[in-house]
Amino acid sequence: MIVQRKPLTFWERLYLPAIAGGFKVTWKHFRRTLFGGDNAAKQTSKGYYPEVPWTVADGYRGAPYLLKDQDGNTKCVSCQLCEFVCPPKAIKITPPGDSGLKADRSNAEKMPLEFEINMLRCIFCGFCQEVCPEEAIFLQKDYSLTGLTRSEMIYDKEKLLALGGTNAGIQKWKHKLEEAKVQETFPVKL
Amino acid sequence: MDWNFVIFSTLKILCVIFLALMPMVAYAVLAERKISAFIQDRVGPNRVSLPLIGGIPIIGPFLTRWGVWQPMADGLKAFLKEDFTPNYVRKAYFWLAPALTMTPAFLTIAVIPFGSNLGNQKMVIADLNVGILYTFGIVSLGVYGIVLAGYASNSKYPFLGGIRSTAQMISYEIAMGMSVIPVFLVAGDLNLSKIVERQALEGWFALPFMAQQQTLMSYLLWPCAMISFFIFLVSAFAETNRLPFDLPESETELVAGYNTEYSSIKFALFFMGEYANMIAASCMMVTLFFGGWSLPGLATPANTILAGLLHIGVFVGKMLVFMVLFIWVRWMLPRFRYDQLMDLGWRRFVPLALANILVTATVLLLLNSK
Repeated sequence: MIVQRKPLTFWERLYLPAIAGGFKVTWKHFRRTLFGGDNAAKQTSKGYYPEVPWTVADGYRGAPYLLKDQDGNTKCVSCQLCEFVCPPKAIKITPPGDSGLKADRSNAEKMPLEFEINMLRCIFCGFCQEVCPEEAIFLQKDYSLTGLTRSEMIYDKEKLLALGGTNAGIQKWKHKLEEAKVQETFPVKL
Repeated sequence: MDWNFVIFSTLKILCVIFLALMPMVAYAVLAERKISAFIQDRVGPNRVSLPLIGGIPIIGPFLTRWGVWQPMADGLKAFLKEDFTPNYVRKAYFWLAPALTMTPAFLTIAVIPFGSNLGNQKMVIADLNVGILYTFGIVSLGVYGIVLAGYASNSKYPFLGGIRSTAQMISYEIAMGMSVIPVFLVAGDLNLSKIVERQALEGWFALPFMAQQQTLMSYLLWPCAMISFFIFLVSAFAETNRLPFDLPESETELVAGYNTEYSSIKFALFFMGEYANMIAASCMMVTLFFGGWSLPGLATPANTILAGLLHIGVFVGKMLVFMVLFIWVRWMLPRFRYDQLMDLGWRRFVPLALANILVTATVLLLLNSK
Protein backbone atom coordinates (compact mmCIF):
# COMPACT_ATOMS: atom_id res chain seq x y z
CA MET A 1 0.00 0.00 0.00
CA ILE A 2 1.26 3.42 -0.88
CA VAL A 3 0.32 6.13 1.57
CA GLN A 4 -0.69 9.31 -0.17
CA ARG A 5 1.26 12.16 1.38
CA LYS A 6 -0.37 15.41 0.46
CA PRO A 7 2.00 18.37 0.51
CA LEU A 8 1.17 20.61 3.46
CA THR A 9 -0.36 23.98 2.81
CA PHE A 10 1.47 27.11 3.91
CA TRP A 11 -0.90 27.51 6.85
CA GLU A 12 -0.19 23.97 8.00
CA ARG A 13 3.53 24.40 7.57
CA LEU A 14 3.50 27.29 10.04
CA TYR A 15 2.73 24.67 12.78
CA LEU A 16 0.29 27.18 14.27
CA PRO A 17 -2.91 25.17 13.66
CA ALA A 18 -1.22 22.15 15.27
CA ILE A 19 -0.25 24.24 18.29
CA ALA A 20 -3.77 25.63 18.62
CA GLY A 21 -5.24 22.14 18.30
CA GLY A 22 -2.82 20.80 20.88
CA PHE A 23 -3.74 23.53 23.31
CA LYS A 24 -7.43 22.92 22.81
CA VAL A 25 -7.17 19.23 23.60
CA THR A 26 -4.82 19.60 26.58
CA TRP A 27 -6.87 22.47 28.05
CA LYS A 28 -10.07 20.45 27.76
CA HIS A 29 -8.57 17.58 29.77
CA PHE A 30 -6.80 19.87 32.24
CA ARG A 31 -9.99 21.79 32.99
CA ARG A 32 -12.07 18.66 33.32
CA THR A 33 -9.61 16.99 35.72
CA LEU A 34 -8.67 20.00 37.83
CA PHE A 35 -11.93 21.94 38.04
CA GLY A 36 -14.47 19.30 37.10
CA GLY A 37 -13.12 16.80 39.62
CA ASP A 38 -13.25 14.10 36.97
CA ASN A 39 -10.50 11.59 36.25
CA ALA A 40 -9.86 8.24 34.66
CA ALA A 41 -9.97 6.34 37.96
CA LYS A 42 -13.42 7.73 38.71
CA GLN A 43 -14.67 6.75 35.30
CA THR A 44 -13.41 3.17 35.38
CA SER A 45 -13.69 2.19 39.06
CA LYS A 46 -14.67 3.60 42.43
CA GLY A 47 -11.23 4.84 43.44
CA TYR A 48 -7.50 4.48 43.22
CA TYR A 49 -5.42 1.34 43.05
CA PRO A 50 -4.11 0.37 46.49
CA GLU A 51 -7.52 0.86 48.14
CA VAL A 52 -9.60 -0.37 45.24
CA PRO A 53 -7.84 -3.42 43.81
CA TRP A 54 -7.69 -3.75 40.11
CA THR A 55 -10.08 -6.21 38.48
CA VAL A 56 -7.88 -8.55 36.50
CA ALA A 57 -9.40 -9.51 33.19
CA ASP A 58 -9.53 -13.10 31.96
CA GLY A 59 -6.58 -14.04 29.83
CA TYR A 60 -4.28 -11.69 31.73
CA ARG A 61 -0.66 -12.79 31.67
CA GLY A 62 0.65 -12.48 35.20
CA ALA A 63 3.14 -14.62 37.07
CA PRO A 64 3.75 -18.19 35.81
CA TYR A 65 2.85 -20.94 38.29
CA LEU A 66 2.92 -24.73 38.10
CA LEU A 67 -0.35 -26.62 37.87
CA LYS A 68 -1.62 -29.90 39.28
CA ASP A 69 -3.92 -32.12 37.31
CA GLN A 70 -7.46 -33.05 38.33
CA ASP A 71 -6.17 -35.76 40.68
CA GLY A 72 -3.75 -33.42 42.44
CA ASN A 73 -0.62 -34.79 40.78
CA THR A 74 2.26 -32.76 39.43
CA LYS A 75 1.85 -32.21 35.71
CA CYS A 76 5.44 -31.18 35.02
CA VAL A 77 7.58 -33.97 33.61
CA SER A 78 10.89 -32.10 33.93
CA CYS A 79 11.51 -31.90 30.17
CA GLN A 80 13.24 -28.53 30.68
CA LEU A 81 11.82 -26.94 27.52
CA CYS A 82 10.62 -23.93 29.53
CA GLU A 83 14.05 -23.55 31.10
CA PHE A 84 15.55 -23.61 27.63
CA VAL A 85 13.10 -21.12 26.10
CA CYS A 86 13.01 -18.67 29.01
CA PRO A 87 14.45 -15.37 27.65
CA PRO A 88 15.62 -13.90 30.98
CA LYS A 89 16.74 -17.33 32.28
CA ALA A 90 14.40 -17.12 35.24
CA ILE A 91 13.53 -20.81 35.37
CA LYS A 92 15.87 -23.38 36.89
CA ILE A 93 14.88 -27.04 36.90
CA THR A 94 16.71 -29.81 38.72
CA PRO A 95 15.77 -33.12 37.05
CA PRO A 96 15.46 -36.19 39.28
CA GLY A 97 18.42 -38.03 37.74
CA ASP A 98 18.64 -41.71 36.72
CA SER A 99 17.29 -43.31 39.86
CA GLY A 100 15.53 -40.31 41.24
CA LEU A 101 12.01 -39.21 41.92
CA LYS A 102 9.34 -41.04 39.96
CA ALA A 103 6.31 -39.18 38.71
CA ASP A 104 3.30 -39.21 40.99
CA ARG A 105 0.99 -40.01 38.11
CA SER A 106 0.76 -42.51 35.29
CA ASN A 107 1.63 -41.49 31.72
CA ALA A 108 4.77 -39.75 32.95
CA GLU A 109 8.25 -41.05 33.62
CA LYS A 110 9.55 -38.42 35.97
CA MET A 111 8.86 -35.13 37.67
CA PRO A 112 11.25 -32.37 38.67
CA LEU A 113 13.26 -32.73 41.86
CA GLU A 114 13.23 -28.95 42.13
CA PHE A 115 11.62 -26.25 39.99
CA GLU A 116 12.54 -22.64 40.67
CA ILE A 117 11.34 -19.43 39.05
CA ASN A 118 13.18 -16.27 39.95
CA MET A 119 10.31 -13.77 39.95
CA LEU A 120 12.80 -10.90 39.92
CA ARG A 121 13.99 -12.07 36.53
CA CYS A 122 10.70 -13.26 35.07
CA ILE A 123 9.27 -10.91 32.46
CA PHE A 124 5.84 -12.59 32.21
CA CYS A 125 6.36 -13.26 28.50
CA GLY A 126 4.49 -16.56 28.51
CA PHE A 127 6.99 -18.51 26.42
CA CYS A 128 7.07 -21.22 29.10
CA GLN A 129 3.32 -21.63 28.88
CA GLU A 130 3.49 -21.74 25.10
CA VAL A 131 6.28 -24.28 24.92
CA CYS A 132 5.09 -26.66 27.67
CA PRO A 133 3.96 -29.98 26.13
CA GLU A 134 2.19 -31.01 29.35
CA GLU A 135 0.24 -27.79 29.96
CA ALA A 136 1.89 -27.76 33.36
CA ILE A 137 2.80 -24.09 33.61
CA PHE A 138 0.42 -21.19 33.06
CA LEU A 139 0.64 -17.43 33.42
CA GLN A 140 -1.93 -16.62 36.06
CA LYS A 141 -3.52 -13.49 37.42
CA ASP A 142 -0.93 -12.44 40.02
CA TYR A 143 0.81 -9.21 39.00
CA SER A 144 2.08 -7.68 42.22
CA LEU A 145 4.75 -9.96 43.69
CA THR A 146 6.65 -8.54 46.63
CA GLY A 147 9.32 -9.72 49.00
CA LEU A 148 11.89 -8.31 51.41
CA THR A 149 14.89 -10.25 50.13
CA ARG A 150 16.09 -11.50 46.78
CA SER A 151 16.05 -15.13 47.93
CA GLU A 152 12.43 -14.71 48.96
CA MET A 153 11.56 -13.89 45.36
CA ILE A 154 12.86 -17.22 44.06
CA TYR A 155 9.75 -19.39 44.15
CA ASP A 156 10.40 -23.12 44.59
CA LYS A 157 8.36 -26.10 43.45
CA GLU A 158 6.09 -26.35 46.50
CA LYS A 159 5.27 -22.67 46.38
CA LEU A 160 4.63 -22.66 42.65
CA LEU A 161 2.39 -25.70 42.90
CA ALA A 162 0.49 -24.25 45.84
CA LEU A 163 -0.03 -20.94 44.07
CA GLY A 164 -0.85 -22.54 40.76
CA GLY A 165 -3.66 -24.76 42.03
CA THR A 166 -5.44 -27.32 39.95
CA ASN A 167 -6.47 -26.92 36.38
CA ALA A 168 -9.31 -29.31 35.64
CA GLY A 169 -10.09 -27.62 32.38
CA ILE A 170 -7.66 -29.33 30.10
CA GLN A 171 -7.29 -32.99 30.96
CA LYS A 172 -4.92 -34.13 28.27
CA TRP A 173 -3.81 -37.47 29.74
CA LYS A 174 -7.22 -38.39 31.08
CA HIS A 175 -8.63 -38.02 27.60
CA LYS A 176 -5.70 -39.91 26.12
CA LEU A 177 -6.37 -42.74 28.56
CA GLU A 178 -10.05 -42.79 27.70
CA GLU A 179 -9.19 -42.88 24.03
CA ALA A 180 -6.78 -45.72 24.61
CA LYS A 181 -9.37 -47.68 26.59
CA VAL A 182 -11.98 -47.15 23.93
CA GLN A 183 -9.59 -48.32 21.26
CA GLU A 184 -9.13 -51.64 23.13
CA THR A 185 -12.51 -52.80 21.84
CA PHE A 186 -13.57 -53.23 18.25
CA PRO A 187 -15.31 -51.48 16.51
CA VAL A 188 -14.14 -48.20 18.01
CA LYS A 189 -17.02 -46.12 19.36
CA LEU A 190 -15.88 -42.60 19.95
CA MET B 1 39.61 43.60 50.27
CA ASP B 2 36.05 44.78 50.45
CA TRP B 3 34.70 42.41 53.08
CA ASN B 4 31.21 43.82 52.84
CA PHE B 5 31.05 42.84 49.18
CA VAL B 6 32.42 39.35 49.84
CA ILE B 7 29.95 38.65 52.66
CA PHE B 8 26.91 39.91 50.80
CA SER B 9 27.89 38.10 47.59
CA THR B 10 28.31 34.82 49.45
CA LEU B 11 25.00 35.38 51.18
CA LYS B 12 23.29 36.08 47.85
CA ILE B 13 24.80 32.99 46.23
CA LEU B 14 23.80 30.74 49.12
CA CYS B 15 20.29 32.16 49.32
CA VAL B 16 19.67 31.99 45.58
CA ILE B 17 21.00 28.47 45.17
CA PHE B 18 19.75 26.77 48.33
CA LEU B 19 16.70 28.77 49.28
CA ALA B 20 15.38 29.60 45.83
CA LEU B 21 16.80 27.51 43.03
CA MET B 22 16.96 24.04 44.61
CA PRO B 23 13.43 24.16 46.07
CA MET B 24 12.19 25.60 42.78
CA VAL B 25 13.75 22.71 40.88
CA ALA B 26 12.13 20.25 43.29
CA TYR B 27 8.73 21.87 43.03
CA ALA B 28 9.04 22.31 39.26
CA VAL B 29 9.21 18.53 39.12
CA LEU B 30 6.08 18.34 41.26
CA ALA B 31 4.35 20.91 39.05
CA GLU B 32 5.33 18.95 35.99
CA ARG B 33 3.91 15.76 37.48
CA LYS B 34 0.69 17.41 38.61
CA ILE B 35 0.03 19.32 35.40
CA SER B 36 0.92 16.30 33.28
CA ALA B 37 -1.44 14.23 35.37
CA PHE B 38 -4.32 16.67 34.93
CA ILE B 39 -3.78 16.82 31.19
CA GLN B 40 -3.84 13.03 31.08
CA ASP B 41 -6.97 12.64 33.26
CA ARG B 42 -4.96 11.40 36.24
CA VAL B 43 -4.56 12.87 39.71
CA GLY B 44 -0.78 12.89 40.09
CA PRO B 45 1.21 12.46 43.32
CA ASN B 46 -1.21 12.49 46.26
CA ARG B 47 0.18 9.99 48.78
CA VAL B 48 3.17 11.39 50.67
CA SER B 49 2.27 12.56 54.14
CA LEU B 50 4.50 13.84 56.95
CA PRO B 51 4.07 12.26 60.41
CA LEU B 52 2.97 15.35 62.36
CA ILE B 53 1.66 17.71 59.72
CA GLY B 54 -0.33 14.94 58.08
CA GLY B 55 -2.38 14.61 61.25
CA ILE B 56 -3.63 18.21 61.26
CA PRO B 57 -7.29 18.19 60.21
CA ILE B 58 -8.13 19.65 56.78
CA ILE B 59 -4.68 21.16 56.12
CA GLY B 60 -2.76 17.87 56.43
CA PRO B 61 -4.87 15.87 53.98
CA PHE B 62 -5.07 18.90 51.69
CA LEU B 63 -1.28 19.21 51.44
CA THR B 64 -1.00 15.46 50.96
CA ARG B 65 -3.56 15.50 48.18
CA TRP B 66 -1.60 18.16 46.36
CA GLY B 67 1.61 16.16 46.71
CA VAL B 68 3.40 18.93 48.59
CA TRP B 69 5.78 16.49 50.32
CA GLN B 70 6.43 14.43 47.21
CA PRO B 71 9.71 16.23 46.29
CA MET B 72 11.17 15.20 49.69
CA ALA B 73 10.30 11.58 49.07
CA ASP B 74 11.73 11.82 45.55
CA GLY B 75 14.97 13.33 46.82
CA LEU B 76 15.33 10.76 49.58
CA LYS B 77 14.70 7.98 47.11
CA ALA B 78 17.30 9.34 44.70
CA PHE B 79 19.91 9.32 47.48
CA LEU B 80 19.08 5.88 48.83
CA LYS B 81 18.72 3.96 45.59
CA GLU B 82 21.44 1.60 44.46
CA ASP B 83 24.05 3.58 42.57
CA PHE B 84 24.89 1.12 39.86
CA THR B 85 27.92 1.77 37.66
CA PRO B 86 28.15 -0.68 34.77
CA ASN B 87 31.70 -2.01 34.46
CA TYR B 88 32.03 -1.14 30.77
CA VAL B 89 31.72 2.64 31.24
CA ARG B 90 34.56 5.13 31.14
CA LYS B 91 34.53 5.82 34.86
CA ALA B 92 36.09 9.27 35.10
CA TYR B 93 33.83 10.84 32.47
CA PHE B 94 30.87 8.86 33.71
CA TRP B 95 31.24 10.50 37.11
CA LEU B 96 32.01 13.91 35.70
CA ALA B 97 29.04 14.17 33.31
CA PRO B 98 26.19 14.70 35.83
CA ALA B 99 28.12 17.47 37.56
CA LEU B 100 28.84 19.10 34.22
CA THR B 101 25.12 19.14 33.41
CA MET B 102 24.07 20.58 36.74
CA THR B 103 26.71 23.29 37.23
CA PRO B 104 26.24 25.40 34.06
CA ALA B 105 22.53 25.64 34.75
CA PHE B 106 23.27 27.16 38.15
CA LEU B 107 26.04 29.40 36.83
CA THR B 108 23.67 31.02 34.33
CA ILE B 109 21.57 32.37 37.18
CA ALA B 110 24.51 34.47 38.39
CA VAL B 111 23.93 37.33 35.95
CA ILE B 112 20.13 37.38 36.14
CA PRO B 113 18.78 40.47 37.94
CA PHE B 114 16.04 38.76 39.95
CA GLY B 115 15.03 41.95 41.74
CA SER B 116 15.98 45.60 41.90
CA ASN B 117 17.34 46.45 45.34
CA LEU B 118 16.99 45.03 48.80
CA GLY B 119 18.37 47.50 51.30
CA ASN B 120 21.46 48.83 49.54
CA GLN B 121 22.23 45.55 47.76
CA LYS B 122 21.52 45.05 44.08
CA MET B 123 19.56 41.87 43.59
CA VAL B 124 21.90 40.25 41.12
CA ILE B 125 24.80 38.01 42.04
CA ALA B 126 27.24 39.25 39.40
CA ASP B 127 26.38 42.55 37.75
CA LEU B 128 28.56 41.89 34.70
CA ASN B 129 28.70 44.45 31.93
CA VAL B 130 28.96 41.56 29.43
CA GLY B 131 26.14 39.63 31.08
CA ILE B 132 24.64 38.04 28.00
CA LEU B 133 27.99 36.95 26.59
CA TYR B 134 28.69 35.23 29.90
CA THR B 135 25.31 33.50 29.68
CA PHE B 136 25.92 32.17 26.20
CA GLY B 137 29.40 31.05 27.18
CA ILE B 138 28.06 29.08 30.11
CA VAL B 139 25.08 27.69 28.21
CA SER B 140 27.49 26.28 25.60
CA LEU B 141 29.26 24.39 28.39
CA GLY B 142 25.98 22.68 29.24
CA VAL B 143 26.25 20.47 26.16
CA TYR B 144 29.44 18.84 27.49
CA GLY B 145 27.60 17.12 30.31
CA ILE B 146 25.24 15.38 27.91
CA VAL B 147 27.90 14.59 25.32
CA LEU B 148 30.23 13.18 27.97
CA ALA B 149 27.41 11.13 29.44
CA GLY B 150 26.69 9.69 26.00
CA TYR B 151 30.35 8.98 25.33
CA ALA B 152 31.24 7.66 28.77
CA SER B 153 28.31 5.26 28.94
CA ASN B 154 29.93 3.22 26.17
CA SER B 155 26.60 1.94 24.97
CA LYS B 156 24.64 2.61 21.80
CA TYR B 157 21.54 4.50 22.98
CA PRO B 158 23.34 6.99 25.21
CA PHE B 159 25.83 7.46 22.40
CA LEU B 160 23.08 8.30 19.89
CA GLY B 161 21.55 10.65 22.44
CA GLY B 162 24.89 12.34 22.93
CA ILE B 163 25.41 12.81 19.19
CA ARG B 164 21.92 14.23 18.76
CA SER B 165 22.33 16.66 21.62
CA THR B 166 25.64 17.93 20.23
CA ALA B 167 24.09 18.72 16.88
CA GLN B 168 20.88 20.10 18.36
CA MET B 169 22.38 22.32 21.01
CA ILE B 170 25.11 23.72 18.83
CA SER B 171 22.65 24.49 16.02
CA TYR B 172 20.14 26.21 18.21
CA GLU B 173 22.75 28.16 20.13
CA ILE B 174 23.46 30.05 16.92
CA ALA B 175 19.83 30.90 16.33
CA MET B 176 19.42 31.79 20.00
CA GLY B 177 22.48 34.00 20.07
CA MET B 178 21.42 35.88 16.96
CA SER B 179 17.83 36.25 18.12
CA VAL B 180 18.86 38.41 21.08
CA ILE B 181 21.08 40.78 19.11
CA PRO B 182 18.13 43.08 18.21
CA VAL B 183 17.43 43.44 21.94
CA PHE B 184 20.92 44.72 22.52
CA LEU B 185 20.79 46.95 19.46
CA VAL B 186 17.73 48.60 20.96
CA ALA B 187 19.01 48.71 24.51
CA GLY B 188 22.55 49.67 23.56
CA ASP B 189 23.96 47.68 26.48
CA LEU B 190 24.93 44.09 27.26
CA ASN B 191 24.36 44.44 31.00
CA LEU B 192 21.16 42.62 31.91
CA SER B 193 20.35 44.99 34.80
CA LYS B 194 20.52 47.96 32.44
CA ILE B 195 18.29 46.17 29.96
CA VAL B 196 15.68 45.56 32.63
CA GLU B 197 15.82 49.18 33.79
CA ARG B 198 15.36 50.40 30.23
CA GLN B 199 12.39 48.08 29.70
CA ALA B 200 10.87 49.27 32.97
CA LEU B 201 10.77 52.83 31.62
CA GLU B 202 10.15 52.45 27.90
CA GLY B 203 8.14 49.25 27.70
CA TRP B 204 8.92 45.54 27.73
CA PHE B 205 10.36 44.43 24.44
CA ALA B 206 7.69 41.78 23.91
CA LEU B 207 4.81 43.91 25.28
CA PRO B 208 5.60 47.61 24.63
CA PHE B 209 2.38 48.86 26.22
CA MET B 210 3.63 47.69 29.64
CA ALA B 211 5.63 50.89 29.99
CA GLN B 212 6.10 53.78 32.36
CA GLN B 213 6.08 56.20 29.43
CA GLN B 214 4.76 55.20 26.02
CA THR B 215 7.15 55.80 23.13
CA LEU B 216 6.60 55.45 19.39
CA MET B 217 9.93 53.69 19.02
CA SER B 218 9.03 50.66 21.12
CA TYR B 219 5.83 50.18 19.08
CA LEU B 220 7.74 50.42 15.80
CA LEU B 221 10.19 47.81 17.04
CA TRP B 222 7.44 45.54 18.37
CA PRO B 223 7.36 43.14 15.37
CA CYS B 224 11.14 42.72 15.49
CA ALA B 225 11.03 42.07 19.22
CA MET B 226 8.27 39.51 18.75
CA ILE B 227 10.28 37.63 16.12
CA SER B 228 13.29 37.75 18.44
CA PHE B 229 11.24 36.43 21.29
CA PHE B 230 9.70 33.67 19.21
CA ILE B 231 13.08 32.42 18.00
CA PHE B 232 14.48 32.68 21.51
CA LEU B 233 11.55 30.76 22.94
CA VAL B 234 11.81 27.91 20.44
CA SER B 235 15.59 27.79 20.82
CA ALA B 236 15.19 27.69 24.59
CA PHE B 237 13.01 24.61 24.21
CA ALA B 238 15.71 23.04 22.04
CA GLU B 239 18.53 24.03 24.41
CA THR B 240 16.80 22.61 27.46
CA ASN B 241 15.95 19.36 25.61
CA ARG B 242 12.26 19.77 26.26
CA LEU B 243 9.56 18.41 24.03
CA PRO B 244 8.98 18.94 21.10
CA PHE B 245 12.79 18.88 20.85
CA ASP B 246 13.74 16.22 23.39
CA LEU B 247 15.75 14.23 20.84
CA PRO B 248 18.71 13.53 23.16
CA GLU B 249 16.33 11.73 25.48
CA SER B 250 13.52 10.56 23.18
CA GLU B 251 12.49 7.61 25.31
CA THR B 252 10.45 6.02 22.54
CA GLU B 253 13.52 5.66 20.34
CA LEU B 254 16.57 5.69 22.60
CA VAL B 255 15.37 4.06 25.85
CA ALA B 256 16.27 7.17 27.85
CA GLY B 257 18.94 8.68 25.64
CA TYR B 258 22.10 9.98 27.27
CA ASN B 259 21.12 9.00 30.81
CA THR B 260 20.17 5.38 30.09
CA GLU B 261 23.10 3.93 32.07
CA TYR B 262 22.71 6.24 35.04
CA SER B 263 20.98 5.45 38.28
CA SER B 264 20.33 6.89 41.71
CA ILE B 265 21.63 10.39 42.51
CA LYS B 266 23.63 10.65 39.28
CA PHE B 267 20.42 10.30 37.30
CA ALA B 268 18.76 12.77 39.66
CA LEU B 269 21.51 15.28 38.87
CA PHE B 270 20.68 15.05 35.17
CA PHE B 271 17.03 15.39 36.00
CA MET B 272 17.59 18.41 38.25
CA GLY B 273 19.94 19.89 35.66
CA GLU B 274 17.15 19.80 33.10
CA TYR B 275 14.79 21.66 35.40
CA ALA B 276 17.48 24.11 36.49
CA ASN B 277 18.06 24.79 32.79
CA MET B 278 14.37 25.41 32.31
CA ILE B 279 14.41 27.88 35.19
CA ALA B 280 17.48 29.59 33.76
CA ALA B 281 15.86 29.82 30.32
CA SER B 282 12.65 31.21 31.84
CA CYS B 283 14.69 33.78 33.76
CA MET B 284 16.46 34.81 30.56
CA MET B 285 13.19 35.25 28.68
CA VAL B 286 11.69 37.30 31.50
CA THR B 287 14.80 39.44 31.72
CA LEU B 288 15.26 40.02 28.02
CA PHE B 289 11.69 40.34 26.77
CA PHE B 290 9.30 40.75 29.68
CA GLY B 291 10.88 43.49 31.73
CA GLY B 292 12.49 41.41 34.51
CA TRP B 293 11.33 42.57 37.93
CA SER B 294 9.39 45.57 36.62
CA LEU B 295 5.69 46.20 36.34
CA PRO B 296 4.09 49.47 35.17
CA GLY B 297 3.82 51.45 38.41
CA LEU B 298 6.68 49.52 39.98
CA ALA B 299 9.20 50.65 37.41
CA THR B 300 11.82 52.41 39.52
CA PRO B 301 14.44 50.43 41.49
CA ALA B 302 13.16 49.88 45.01
CA ASN B 303 14.09 52.09 47.95
CA THR B 304 12.32 50.15 50.65
CA ILE B 305 12.62 46.52 51.68
CA LEU B 306 8.93 45.93 50.89
CA ALA B 307 9.23 47.24 47.33
CA GLY B 308 12.39 45.18 46.90
CA LEU B 309 10.59 42.01 47.96
CA LEU B 310 7.70 42.93 45.70
CA HIS B 311 10.08 43.21 42.75
CA ILE B 312 11.51 39.78 43.50
CA GLY B 313 7.97 38.45 43.70
CA VAL B 314 7.09 39.97 40.33
CA PHE B 315 10.16 38.40 38.76
CA VAL B 316 9.42 34.96 40.22
CA GLY B 317 5.79 35.24 39.13
CA LYS B 318 6.75 35.99 35.53
CA MET B 319 9.25 33.17 35.60
CA LEU B 320 6.64 30.69 36.82
CA VAL B 321 4.42 31.56 33.85
CA PHE B 322 7.20 30.41 31.55
CA MET B 323 7.79 27.28 33.61
CA VAL B 324 4.13 26.35 33.17
CA LEU B 325 4.50 27.03 29.45
CA PHE B 326 7.50 24.68 29.31
CA ILE B 327 5.52 21.98 31.08
CA TRP B 328 2.33 22.50 29.11
CA VAL B 329 3.96 22.43 25.69
CA ARG B 330 5.33 19.00 26.50
CA TRP B 331 1.85 17.54 26.09
CA MET B 332 0.76 19.78 23.23
CA LEU B 333 3.22 18.90 20.51
CA PRO B 334 4.67 15.64 19.24
CA ARG B 335 8.42 15.26 18.96
CA PHE B 336 10.10 16.70 15.86
CA ARG B 337 12.00 14.34 13.62
CA TYR B 338 15.76 14.83 13.63
CA ASP B 339 15.95 16.26 10.11
CA GLN B 340 12.94 18.51 10.73
CA LEU B 341 14.69 19.86 13.79
CA MET B 342 17.85 20.65 11.86
CA ASP B 343 15.83 22.12 9.00
CA LEU B 344 13.93 24.38 11.38
CA GLY B 345 17.10 25.52 13.08
CA TRP B 346 19.38 26.13 10.14
CA ARG B 347 17.08 26.95 7.25
CA ARG B 348 14.32 28.85 9.05
CA PHE B 349 15.57 30.40 12.26
CA VAL B 350 19.12 31.37 11.36
CA PRO B 351 18.10 33.35 8.22
CA LEU B 352 15.08 34.76 10.05
CA ALA B 353 17.25 35.92 12.95
CA LEU B 354 19.76 37.48 10.56
CA ALA B 355 17.01 39.31 8.69
CA ASN B 356 15.59 40.44 11.99
CA ILE B 357 18.91 41.97 13.02
CA LEU B 358 19.06 43.84 9.71
CA VAL B 359 15.50 45.16 9.97
CA THR B 360 15.96 46.24 13.58
CA ALA B 361 19.20 48.01 12.74
CA THR B 362 17.54 49.79 9.80
CA VAL B 363 14.58 50.92 11.88
CA LEU B 364 16.92 52.19 14.60
CA LEU B 365 19.05 54.00 12.04
CA LEU B 366 16.01 55.72 10.52
CA LEU B 367 14.61 56.66 13.92
CA ASN B 368 17.89 58.00 15.27
CA SER B 369 18.88 59.93 12.12
CA LYS B 370 15.86 62.23 12.37
